[in-house]
Amino acid sequence: MANLALRNLVKTYDKTEVLHGINLDVADGEFVVFVGPSGCGKSTTLRLIAGLEDTTSGEIEIAGRTVNNLEPKDRDIAMVFQNYAIYPHMTVRKNIGFGLRTSKLPRAQKDARINEVAEILDMTPLLERKPNQLSGGQRQRVAIGRAMVRDPAVFLFDEPLSNLDAQLRTQMRLEIKKLHQRVGNTIIFVTHDQVEAMTMADRIVIMKDGHIQQVGTPAEVYHSPANMFVATFIGAPAMNMLTGKGTGGGIALPSGTFATNGPDGADLVLGVRPDDLMLSGGQAVTAGKVILREPLGSETLIYVDTPSGEIIARADGRTPPEVGETVQLGADPANVHVFDAASGQAVR
Amino acid sequence: MAATDNIRASTETLFSGTAQRRSANMGQILRWLILFIGGVAMVMPIAYMISTSLKWPHEIYDVNLIPKEPTIENYTFVLEDGRFYMWFLNSMIIATITTLSNVLFDSLVGYTLCKFRFPGRYIVFIAILSTLMIPTEMLVIPWYLMSQQFGWLDTTWGIMFPGLMTAFGTFLMKQFFETVPDDFIEAARIDGLNELQIWWTVAMPLVKPALAALAIFVFLGNWTAFIWPLIVTNSVEMYTLPVGLSTFGDEADVQWELIMTGAAISTIPTLIVFLIFQRFIIRGVVMAGLKG
Repeated sequence: MANLALRNLVKTYDKTEVLHGINLDVADGEFVVFVGPSGCGKSTTLRLIAGLEDTTSGEIEIAGRTVNNLEPKDRDIAMVFQNYAIYPHMTVRKNIGFGLRTSKLPRAQKDARINEVAEILDMTPLLERKPNQLSGGQRQRVAIGRAMVRDPAVFLFDEPLSNLDAQLRTQMRLEIKKLHQRVGNTIIFVTHDQVEAMTMADRIVIMKDGHIQQVGTPAEVYHSPANMFVATFIGAPAMNMLTGKGTGGGIALPSGTFATNGPDGADLVLGVRPDDLMLSGGQAVTAGKVILREPLGSETLIYVDTPSGEIIARADGRTPPEVGETVQLGADPANVHVFDAASGQAVR
Repeated sequence: MAATDNIRASTETLFSGTAQRRSANMGQILRWLILFIGGVAMVMPIAYMISTSLKWPHEIYDVNLIPKEPTIENYTFVLEDGRFYMWFLNSMIIATITTLSNVLFDSLVGYTLCKFRFPGRYIVFIAILSTLMIPTEMLVIPWYLMSQQFGWLDTTWGIMFPGLMTAFGTFLMKQFFETVPDDFIEAARIDGLNELQIWWTVAMPLVKPALAALAIFVFLGNWTAFIWPLIVTNSVEMYTLPVGLSTFGDEADVQWELIMTGAAISTIPTLIVFLIFQRFIIRGVVMAGLKG
């Protein structure tokens, strides 16, 4: 059974429609990440689910009941905010216990629940501290604890890691993932960081301009992008896009024809990830001079000036081609993507 | 040749450095001088108030700060006069109630105008702000007529009612509530608090410096208020301290030594209020600095 369902969700501000009919089913216990560039509508969708904004039309179901007209507190959700939203005048204990203020649980049970959550989050020694005595990561854990203490049907995370430094973000990413495995509640996580999305999600929802572009597992969206936006948004460095003309049995590129499926005569785009470009072997895609190298240790990114524009490829970290050297770039036809140039949709 | 040039350049740098230091020192001296004059201007009236309160009547027009024959006779007289305690109590009741009322209602209105989106919000806010431009002297007649019609003349309520809420306080609180992130409010909404609980438990503790500042302003304003209490009260029993103190004397002879003694005693509550609330204000300033 879907734990959360969005049915044709529309949101308008004044006369501007920002969400154009979002449909999504999230299974019980699933970790779903909404990802997309700024202004794509991911946070708005989250706020509609939370009840912090009114829905213009459409339905939101949580645990089988329509919640459109329910107050946030009655929706059985908890939310972790980007800037933590932990109260500076309260101790960690009071912050974590804040969600239980209106609960009718006896005091002893409330305390037990707070202690349990603090234990899970490894915050027990810090319970009597104020937020200004905590590090960024600890504050984030307090915010998560405040959400956890209510044991909601759905956790909502609104870019919770974006205020943390890179190292802490990686650490917290792992902690949230472990936490999900431990508590098993449904999580809706919003981020603009595709690495976060790829590493944490059971399924990723990629959004752009108020539309869902694709819903799928990290592997699906990476290996079978539905359109050019998804193809370039997911994966770093971004997928190389080479424009050409369909010949029936291939795509005519400026440097030759690449044999693959695609409609004859259509304007097509050949998409090849840097990882799938080979410096030797494979079917020839294009060739050009190395203009820049980015050594990353185990591998080196090379930027190649080709007749199809600048192409990025991965090379071996120990013996990368020199700048100025001409390289032949090939690819396995099974690993390339073909898009319709006009619609941007995947052709194969 | 090059060596000579180098020496000349070094000498010029040295002299220009000395000139800069001298100019900096002059600037420093000027700053201290201005601060000193400001300090004297602030302290002198208080010093003269205390000095006069310790003088005999025949000495009060002497400009000397130190009384030739210091006396506590004025304090004894004022403190033995039962009316002083009555006026002190009136002022205390009025200043305390208006302060509490302002802290409560100004913050409620400020919070509402800041955190709720409703049609006409800006019009209401501008309307409230525009009342700041009306001088008190213009309001005194309508207030008086209102008091007369409601039977509030010569009552505590009559003295208090114009100051129970202020446009300035509402403006101050609204501006401070702007600094409370909406996420705090929304998090509390999700956690199940109603709007009144959110205002009280989440928003109010976060604007303590503003509340402290408002409390000080309102308390001092009402403690020292003179014109309205003078107009609205008739009986000696209803006088506030400033009005009562002004009665020490008549048209022919103003007893400045007694007025100054009463004024000196009446500063004590204001000092206490300031000492209680100043830590919140200082903490607020420090917090604002750290956030940046």
